Amino acid sequence: MEVTIRQPGVLSTIQDLGRPGRRQLGITPGGAMDALSLRLANVLVGNPESSAAVEMTLRGASLHFDHDALAAICGGEFTVSLDGVEHSTQRPFRIGRDSTLSVGAARRGCRAYLAVAGGFEIGSILGGRGTDLRAGIGGVQGRALLADDILHARNIDVPPIPSGWFLADDWLPDLSGRVMLRSLRGEHMDEFDKSIFGHAFQVSAQSDRMGLRLRGEPFQRTRGAELLSTAVMTGTVQVPPDGHPIILAADCQTLGGYPRIAHVITADLPTLGQLRPGDTVRFVEVDLETARAALAEQALNLRKLRIGLAGRLPWVRTDACSAWT
Amino acid sequence: MRFMRWIPLGDSAVLIPVKDAPAAGELARRIEDAHPDGFLECVPAFDSVAICFDPLRVTAVALIAGLAAGGIRNAPRKSSSGANREIEIPVCYDPAFGPDLADVASTSGLDAERVIQLHVTGRYFVGAIGFMPGFPYLSGLDARLHTPRRATPRTQIPAGAVGIGGAQTGIYPLASPGGWNLIGRTPISLFQPDNENEPTLLRPGDRVRFRAITPREFHEWK
Repeated sequence: MEVTIRQPGVLSTIQDLGRPGRRQLGITPGGAMDALSLRLANVLVGNPESSAAVEMTLRGASLHFDHDALAAICGGEFTVSLDGVEHSTQRPFRIGRDSTLSVGAARRGCRAYLAVAGGFEIGSILGGRGTDLRAGIGGVQGRALLADDILHARNIDVPPIPSGWFLADDWLPDLSGRVMLRSLRGEHMDEFDKSIFGHAFQVSAQSDRMGLRLRGEPFQRTRGAELLSTAVMTGTVQVPPDGHPIILAADCQTLGGYPRIAHVITADLPTLGQLRPGDTVRFVEVDLETARAALAEQALNLRKLRIGLAGRLPWVRTDACSAWT
Repeated sequence: MRFMRWIPLGDSAVLIPVKDAPAAGELARRIEDAHPDGFLECVPAFDSVAICFDPLRVTAVALIAGLAAGGIRNAPRKSSSGANREIEIPVCYDPAFGPDLADVASTSGLDAERVIQLHVTGRYFVGAIGFMPGFPYLSGLDARLHTPRRATPRTQIPAGAVGIGGAQTGIYPLASPGGWNLIGRTPISLFQPDNENEPTLLRPGDRVRFRAITPREFHEWK
């Protein structure tokens, strides 16, 4: 099957669960900004959770399908139409041959993930299929999708899909635009003039797949020495000298030298991936056990969904599970 | 049982403080060899090692306890015998490739020839790789060449550019913005993504020397 990009949208890239294990060579893990929605989209069409999907940002792509396909769009709530007829998301649906799927503007959230049954066939490079725009590797020629790009996928016989259902909101990241990010205290929190917990911040327009810059009452570091760079993680909240925190995102650098005031927990990184400029963020302190339990709940939901769909999508495997980080 | 001192780095990594970069490299090697359950990767840096793990398979406490049970209780005080690789990197220091050579010379009070000579005779150590794939932070720069980063970073630096940032020297593997003072350029590639086993020319712990080449050698480099 060939899927041809008619309009690429604002920023559409191939993503998966990233390129782990090479941080010490400066190679960022990258991967989907909202990995939960990518996993859900893949599970809804019976793929392994780590299959490559199209990540769309704020305004989606138009794609032409030359063969019958089973697809799912998960994550942010985007207007979607199939050959001009409006279509709901967060569930699997059939695309007939010679149809055009148009993903429009995001009504809520920032990113949507399009998965097709059988998965897009994208070559793996350095352990991942996702696009690393800065290094220029992965996806389609290491860049964002452009009009006339052709994606290949396996032809499948699409089974009848019961309609009238979709994933409940509480299985998805928070798309409200006014979010609480559960976070662990960072090593240098006490060196600032105030706590990061309890204050509201706005997401700045200077935000991208490397990091989300926040605007609010600036922080002042009142003590503590100059730091040598250490490893940083997706979700690490750094405070540069201008006092405005940056939440590191999927394509962040592997090392950072700014003080670390907090770390967003892994279970809330999908919510981070759905924030757009102007949204409001508050940090809520939690402990390691809460962080682990929240992540375990997401893993359990994915497992339930996989088992629930197993009878309907004959190729679904219930035993497959991919590592979380 | 004694455990290493550790600091949480979010819910999927811990940071182990160590004395210096050689000690970080040594500790990272030992942890990789031990490869405890749930372990994903180590990230050595100048005075720390991060241990990344799968939080659904192991807790931070269990990971550290598991390492202690395997005999890894302390950050090493110094690195083991010098089994490190030494890699020579050809650099053309012609002013056309090193637009900030004159600035480094005037900051140091030396002439450009002397700056090049000091840079070439230096013996360097890869303290960490970061910023971008394969970018080496090299320690060992002669103190006379220490130069603050540029007040206004350049928006585009070519791949292979050799720069000085504070007390460190480094090489840009990819074209990118950057604030280091550029003194030369190497024709060799520091990031080869198609090489699955060795995608970067350098690894943490490598030793590095520079060799001056002419513009002609630069252009004819294969």
